[in-house]
Amino acid sequence: MSNFLSPLFASGFFASEAVHIALAVGALVALVTGVVGVFTVMRGQSFAGEAFGDLGTTGGAGAYLVGVGPLWGFVLGNVLAAGAMEAIGVQRARGRDLATGIVLGAGIGLAALFLHLYTTDHSTTGATVTILFGSVFAISSSTLPLIVLLSAIVLAIALTIYRPLLLSSVNAEMASARGIPVRLIGVLYLLALALAAALAAITIGTILSTALLIGPAASALRLTGRPLSALLTAAGIGIGAMWLGIVLAYDSFHWPPVGNGWPVSFFVVTLVFVIYLLSGLPAARRRRQADRIPSASPAAQPARPS
Amino acid sequence: MFSGFMVNAWTVASIVAVVAGIVGFFTVLRGSAFAAHALPNGSFAGAAGAILIGVSTLLGLGVFSLGGALTIGLLGRRGRHDVATALTLVAMLALGALFLSFSSEYAPEVYSLLFGEVLGISPNELAPTAILGALCILAVAILYRPLMLSSVLPEVGEARGISGFRMEMLFLTVLALATTMTVPVVGTLLIFSLMIGAPAAARSFTDRPLVAMGLSVAIALLIVWIAIAASYETNYPVGFFVGGGSAVSYTIGRAWAAWNARRRGRGAGMSAGRSGVESEALATGGLPS
Repeated sequence: MSNFLSPLFASGFFASEAVHIALAVGALVALVTGVVGVFTVMRGQSFAGEAFGDLGTTGGAGAYLVGVGPLWGFVLGNVLAAGAMEAIGVQRARGRDLATGIVLGAGIGLAALFLHLYTTDHSTTGATVTILFGSVFAISSSTLPLIVLLSAIVLAIALTIYRPLLLSSVNAEMASARGIPVRLIGVLYLLALALAAALAAITIGTILSTALLIGPAASALRLTGRPLSALLTAAGIGIGAMWLGIVLAYDSFHWPPVGNGWPVSFFVVTLVFVIYLLSGLPAARRRRQADRIPSASPAAQPARPS
Repeated sequence: MFSGFMVNAWTVASIVAVVAGIVGFFTVLRGSAFAAHALPNGSFAGAAGAILIGVSTLLGLGVFSLGGALTIGLLGRRGRHDVATALTLVAMLALGALFLSFSSEYAPEVYSLLFGEVLGISPNELAPTAILGALCILAVAILYRPLMLSSVLPEVGEARGISGFRMEMLFLTVLALATTMTVPVVGTLLIFSLMIGAPAAARSFTDRPLVAMGLSVAIALLIVWIAIAASYETNYPVGFFVGGGSAVSYTIGRAWAAWNARRRGRGAGMSAGRSGVESEALATGGLPS
């Protein structure tokens, strides 16, 4: 068995503790981000997800500055940012991108300051790269309980508000007509998104975290129209990309040109991107078939799952 | 503060502010904040790659921001636009992470690419910045009428024969050009806050497009000048002041708009027909020449 698999799994893969942690954390985080991401894509809030990722940089840099673990910084920074976005009107579709952008810009400015202060204090600049691009292999076992706790919170929020969130994501007017507190649901969802982005940031780095949030979910929504199966597909794609990325990163240790391994985040994000491109193929084929029928309506992508 | 190498900083930063103010006006009008964030941010990978193989960073930035613009435009045509933008961005950044891991020791350069190093601008960066800036402004001037109409009233634009898709591609190309020239100065992460903050503030003060564009340039210049002076005095990164200044100007704009609306009385002048931007777009945006 092990001989048969040895071309894929470099020696020592299953013995390393760092790999065990990476596989476990990767799967858990991919599950959480897949679930939250489906709603992010349906609500058209990719930019907010991206903003949380980047704002995690601010929190992470702040955490370095005061000397606590970066995950605390990601969480605190994102929750504060969610509050700021909510305050200046991220709920209204009009001007929402602007509100997100302004908060993001100010946050990144702060990150620049924090990193500057940290590097002048410690005369090392490694923090910048660590925070931005992360590495799932570098997660210490002492962070595990916090990761599990945060994941549980996010999943609990998502499951509790699942039905009203789904309805208000698909059709906000209908949701409020049925007496669903759309605003409250939106705030809770934003909180879940902020925490999920923090989890993604600790796994693949702050500025790449969007890949885990958006990629699997967007691919899943292209493959299936039913919400529940989209959630499961997104989680499955995320976990698959994560694990394959970890395997490849482990294998790449002896690859050229430098021989100290390619970054695991690179593999994960590239896999996610390729899966998204491939997931468009079935729809494109359907569209081509529809085009052959003369009376077919102009090829329109179904905007949201029914 | 105004001597020697600082002269370059003031000149280049002023060019950047003018371009950011003008291109940013359309960014805000079109609601392309995400693309304006993604292109500079992602083109960071191009700079990292250029450093790796030893060519000019400007070239790397140009190739990646143009490639990113085309990818966003093409992917966004079929799928959801924000998803296409997000995934293009992270794919570029992932490449950046890979390039970084290949070349071991240059974290300070990463930092200055991401957050800008306006105080370290050399004289030979002056010419490329000025040429690219002039190109951007020229492109906006040529595209002004159709772009305006297609941004504000896309349906009317389509009816008058202005393809929304083509306008999107052209605009993203202009955005990519602006990105290429501005990134080395204020960094990939901060150019966009200048592109959003200043025009958004300007639009709170006036509804007339040309006035708003001028005001947007003025605000961007003010932000950049204050940022350079503050950065020179405190030694803190210039990006911090640019990001903060943009947010402050936006907040002032919003407050002014809110105060103005209350003074006029709620809804009294609001419901009367089209907004100034829309009527201006209709008046000027004829068939593309």
